Amino acid sequence: MTPELLQQILFYLFGAIAIGSGMAVVSVRNTVYSALFLVLCFFNVAVLWLLIEAEFLAIILVLVYVGAVMVLFLFVIMMLDVKKVTKSQLKSGYTRAAILIAAAMLVELVMLFAYRLQNQLPADELIRQGLEYSNVAEIGMALFVDYVYPFEVAGVILLVAIVAAIMLTIRKRPENKQIDPSKQIHVNPSDRVRVVSMDAEKGNGEES
Amino acid sequence: MMETFIYLAWTMAKILAIVLSIILVVAYLTYFERKVIGFMHARLGPNRVGFLGFKLRGIGQPFADVLKLLTKEIIFPQKANKFLFVVAPMITLATAFAAWAVIPFSEGLVLADINAGLAYVLAMTSLGVYGVIIAGWASNSKYALLGALRSAAQIISYEIAMGFALVGVLVAAGTLNISGIVEGQQGGLFNWFFIPLFPLFIVYFISGVAETNRAPFDVAEGESEIVAGFHVEYSGAAFALFFLGEYANMILISALATLLFLGGWYSPFWGDSWLAQPSILWFIAKTSIFLYTYFWLRATLPRYRYDQIMRLGWKVFIPITIVWIMVVAVLKVYQIGPWF
Repeated sequence: MTPELLQQILFYLFGAIAIGSGMAVVSVRNTVYSALFLVLCFFNVAVLWLLIEAEFLAIILVLVYVGAVMVLFLFVIMMLDVKKVTKSQLKSGYTRAAILIAAAMLVELVMLFAYRLQNQLPADELIRQGLEYSNVAEIGMALFVDYVYPFEVAGVILLVAIVAAIMLTIRKRPENKQIDPSKQIHVNPSDRVRVVSMDAEKGNGEES
Repeated sequence: MMETFIYLAWTMAKILAIVLSIILVVAYLTYFERKVIGFMHARLGPNRVGFLGFKLRGIGQPFADVLKLLTKEIIFPQKANKFLFVVAPMITLATAFAAWAVIPFSEGLVLADINAGLAYVLAMTSLGVYGVIIAGWASNSKYALLGALRSAAQIISYEIAMGFALVGVLVAAGTLNISGIVEGQQGGLFNWFFIPLFPLFIVYFISGVAETNRAPFDVAEGESEIVAGFHVEYSGAAFALFFLGEYANMILISALATLLFLGGWYSPFWGDSWLAQPSILWFIAKTSIFLYTYFWLRATLPRYRYDQIMRLGWKVFIPITIVWIMVVAVLKVYQIGPWF
């Protein structure tokens, strides 16, 4: 078995699992299963990236999307206790919108394939780099040297989005019992507790 | 063809060696833990089970425990999701072991010396939370679900602080490769990264304790509030897998603290004497110090309240790490000290 053949087998195996789990995300009834299938999908896409030697991107995909984003998704789904989706809900207006979007994406994909078939897109083989090539350094150079301004602008936009989201949703609840920790540690026990010394009671007890 | 086969067999042998030694260390870590906490509580700890009739201070206790856990029945709760219920402990164990693939034990003694080693370790440890969440959900039990939610929130919060602490190490070392980071600390005690990165070192280890759900951050199990948290419905071998995963993660956090901040396999002494030679023994000794600290904390501190945990993670650790990353960047740019 040549390495190329092995790589192709792996590609089709993990690609098939990725597509299958992606379809399962939208077709299973249970929301928790959907989220778990999405995790599986991300994981398989990460493996595909490993196959084209983009190991840093693959690891970051697992770290950010699988390790953080999907955990929060699952957290919210379990907290909300979403009921299983019924058949009637599947026919709602959202479904129609989703089908429209999916159709648009399909058309785009088909157009891309058409260009590729007419040789208007480069059809090069994967460029193999030497062992000393580090794509961590390469991504760092691209982000912080070549595209530093777009990168920083994107960062600022994300920051603004975070601040806006917090501003929109934060509210002081009157029943909140949060205590300021600095006040908490400056409490003096003598202000709150009175130690009373009492004489031992006599009589009624056991004779010693 | 033959070469590929030999290569695969050799790699499998290495993996087996790493996994077996981790399991053995975990077994004796439980014994060590019970002894340490026992002495701190002024009692003896396990001292009955030995070999061939000799008690030997209870040295056979881990094997008795393992035998007991393996021979117990695995009980499935009614209406539990059987598939996920069985898969959850496997996820915990697999991710805990997978992270060890890139850990160098000594110079060149590493299974896979990859470029993005540290990112890989972070990715694998962040996957471990799925075992906890899925176990909590699949058990169909209130206590288990509460434990799982607590654990998810806690691990997400502390992962950020931990990641930022590691960014400081990356800035100082200039590489993501763990062997490379250790080699940047060559030349005795004062060249180790824990001196310029001291706040990050402390934040890293405390976050590590929180990541592994150990005391004083063990609200995910909190036996006084939610019985045993996410693994309340597990028994026998399935519980043993969770146990094994948790301890393997503890060793991993300790080993990483050693590699990233305490110079890995390098000796604290400098010069040419036999004491100054790099060796795997230094690595083991330093890792043991952190493992001892785990038990020390467990025997000393009461459990944190849940809101205190969240406050510590978000409002104390993350600001500290962000400020110190700036400081490290300045130190690095102006080449201050022997570290950069």
